[in-house]
Amino acid sequence: MNLTLKIWRQKDASTKGQMVDYKVTEISEHMSFLEMMDVLNEQLVNAGEQPVAFDHDCREGICGMCSMYINGEAHGPDRGVTTCQLHMRMFKDGDTITIEPFRAASFPVIKDLVVDRSAFDRIQHAGGYISVNTSGNTQDANTTPISKHAADEAMDAATCIGCGACVATCKNSSAMLFVGAKVSQYALLPQGQVEAADRVQNMVAQMDLEGFGNCTNTGACEVECPKGISLDNIARMNRELMKASV
Amino acid sequence: MALDSKVPKGSIKDKWTDYKNHINLVNPANKRHIDVIVVGTGLAGGSASATLAELGYNVKSFAYQDSPRRAHSIAAQGGINAAKNYQGDGDSTYRLFYDTVKGGDYRSREANVYRLAEVSANIIDQCVAQGVPFARDYGGLLDNRSFGGVLVSRTFYAKGQTGQQLLLGAYSAMNRQIARGKIEMFNRHEMLDVVIVDGKARGIIARNLVTGEIERHAAHAVVIASGGYGNVYFLSTNAMGSNVTAGWKVHKKGAYFANPCYTQIHPTCIPRSGDYQSKLTLMSESLRNDGRIWVPKNLEDVQAIREGKLKPTDLTEDQRDYYLERRYPAFGNLVPRDVASRAAKERCDAGYGVNATGEAVYLDFAASFERYGKEQAKIQNISNPSAAKIKELGQEIVRAKYGNLFQMYEKIVDENPYETPMMIYPAVHYTMGGVWVDYNLMTTIPGCYAIGEANFSDHGANRLGASALMQGLADGYFVLPYTIGDYLADDIRTGKITTDSPEFDAAEKEVSERITFFINNKGTHSVDYYHKKLGKIMWDKCGMSRNADGLKTAIEEISTLRKDFWENVNVPGTASEYNEQLAKAGRVADFLELGELFAKDALVREESAGGHFREEHQTEEGEAKRVKEFQFVSAWEYKGAPKEAILHKEELVYENIEVKERSYK
Repeated sequence: MNLTLKIWRQKDASTKGQMVDYKVTEISEHMSFLEMMDVLNEQLVNAGEQPVAFDHDCREGICGMCSMYINGEAHGPDRGVTTCQLHMRMFKDGDTITIEPFRAASFPVIKDLVVDRSAFDRIQHAGGYISVNTSGNTQDANTTPISKHAADEAMDAATCIGCGACVATCKNSSAMLFVGAKVSQYALLPQGQVEAADRVQNMVAQMDLEGFGNCTNTGACEVECPKGISLDNIARMNRELMKASV
Repeated sequence: MALDSKVPKGSIKDKWTDYKNHINLVNPANKRHIDVIVVGTGLAGGSASATLAELGYNVKSFAYQDSPRRAHSIAAQGGINAAKNYQGDGDSTYRLFYDTVKGGDYRSREANVYRLAEVSANIIDQCVAQGVPFARDYGGLLDNRSFGGVLVSRTFYAKGQTGQQLLLGAYSAMNRQIARGKIEMFNRHEMLDVVIVDGKARGIIARNLVTGEIERHAAHAVVIASGGYGNVYFLSTNAMGSNVTAGWKVHKKGAYFANPCYTQIHPTCIPRSGDYQSKLTLMSESLRNDGRIWVPKNLEDVQAIREGKLKPTDLTEDQRDYYLERRYPAFGNLVPRDVASRAAKERCDAGYGVNATGEAVYLDFAASFERYGKEQAKIQNISNPSAAKIKELGQEIVRAKYGNLFQMYEKIVDENPYETPMMIYPAVHYTMGGVWVDYNLMTTIPGCYAIGEANFSDHGANRLGASALMQGLADGYFVLPYTIGDYLADDIRTGKITTDSPEFDAAEKEVSERITFFINNKGTHSVDYYHKKLGKIMWDKCGMSRNADGLKTAIEEISTLRKDFWENVNVPGTASEYNEQLAKAGRVADFLELGELFAKDALVREESAGGHFREEHQTEEGEAKRVKEFQFVSAWEYKGAPKEAILHKEELVYENIEVKERSYK
């Protein structure tokens, strides 16, 4: 298929950006979206132009590095996938596709489609861990049984890949789905109880400091999340925060 | 220089304990004055950074990704081995050691593997304490599954995302230390050289990938934890950015590079679909617990399937060839990876491949749907369940175990694997070879360590499933923190290492000149053009089976391609900006050197062992045939062009395990 791409080009963080039109031809429906971008970039390099910068690494939907806003949706039109797992069969010949970076004040653009998501790291530094030394001298792993239900629910929360689609898609640029998922993982496990109160307070404080907005229960984050992280995690975070402050 | 593996004396059971009892320690007050650089933040690098920082060292960690959490360990799916014997099925430290040495086709170092097996149980304890949500059974205890090449269930898992959960565990331990200021994290930075001062590794030159700035970082020791070099094949299951550069740079500065030809071609990956393909996707080996591998028995059926006239589900049991169960009745679908891959290649080469390219076999879950379905019907008290009900119940169980893998398959291939068998084909996945290290995990450069996939030490010629995660965390959490202390104990009076020295000047100059060359070259071909060409040579001539003629041709072709690259490569943009093409040019330049050494190593190794299969050396049944004289580690010393590299041999001695023919029949 032949496509028109409207792509956000921005030289660096301090330069003003703009949308630029490109054409790509003979795109196979079996290609992934990023392979289509590879075709464009090869074309640009061979024409002596600057290729489009975009973040990507594992290309199997788990590292959380890819981050495009495609036709007005984080990670594009398919559900339950990251951009690298999006395939061209979701588009048709002659389509015009708009490609922007993840947009949020807390995710400044580095170049073109590459954004700085280090705010997520800083929220984790504030409490995204259990304070246990890695000496190996802990108790035997089977000493504390954990109900399968709780373990599975913790795993569902821990599935978050930290891509930031929730922030990009939220009208308030809220990071609550991301923070809620991390808080929930530990809140659901006995190992996380000891520091639960400090953890949720510190992580939420850092989240606010980074300038992320609040949650107004729209639920777009849950829809766009490539890993299906549930809104329940936000509710759990709020409960934990409430519990911590009384 | 003679190779000294520094394996401690004594019985294998006591070596590690005795070693720990007698090494030099650094007191806490002195640790505060010692700096360590760790390159890479995967399971090995992340766990090492966290542990060294907890101990009190000042750690500087480097990742080319935008966060340590994105290192490619995150993509590991199936699980992590540990000799816990929770299942009571006869597992023990010795058995894990035995399986790993045998699985590696008797080409790994006994003492290292035993230590790995010994600390494996601690890893699980540690990870549970960190909040890693491993799978559990209804009683609340940890669940296990089986992996290839073993007869026990010792693999712990978190759905099909075990690597992700273990890495997030190591990342959380790092976060705690970053918050305390004990780890200084350098994201979006790439190490471009190691700096040697007075014969010791004392720092690195790194490039800030956002600004292009070249930076000097000094330390008392440098740890390379940069992963494997599977991307030398262009197409692999590695991340797009995975590269050999850190390992190759230390090699060029004096570290020997061991067994480069030992590559793991993983049997269960999604087949390639076209020339535009940028990477391959793994389907976890754990699927072989419940999936049966087959191709049609008759070539007519193969043809009909390729033409779309016949569906795989139309074939009856006796029209199918479950070739692994046929050839290897004892291990069946759970033979080790090298064996499974070669068997798939053998069937496809004989014309039985089931997709358009002729390079695919089926992985079929129908039997498991039925088995689990019947079991569930019983548990749920459903009498006389219909076949459809049984399938539905069975699919629920499989979905709970591997749901994310099935979803991933469907998104890529656009077929529903619950209704039709998956198609799979082998792909490059892991490299057992790497920087040579001694028992201390130190390279032949004093003060320079290599851990995780970046080193060569534990997997011999073939790695068993779920052992990479085990090795990464063992090295980082439990081995390196001891061994590096023994070395650093001599450095307590050294004081801060300065970056203001002729050695740093020289290293930085070299790095800058290379970058300037790329930017100014204005050649005719893109970096990817060369990478793809190199990948094709590697896959065709250094892939699943190799022969002397092919390897000799490969050496010539790679050498010619490298020359062409240095004349005609085109890198757009400038050096002082975010420039992915520039970063990639440097990585491909290193792959072009490694690739030739790889082929040379494969040529010299005139035997078949594990993943290294020389067509000249096989049994009548087509199995790998080892040659006794090659029971050594090939450690290559850099001498300029790969052609000039000098071979050093570390003889492998087996005192605790009988070297036998490796049979899975």
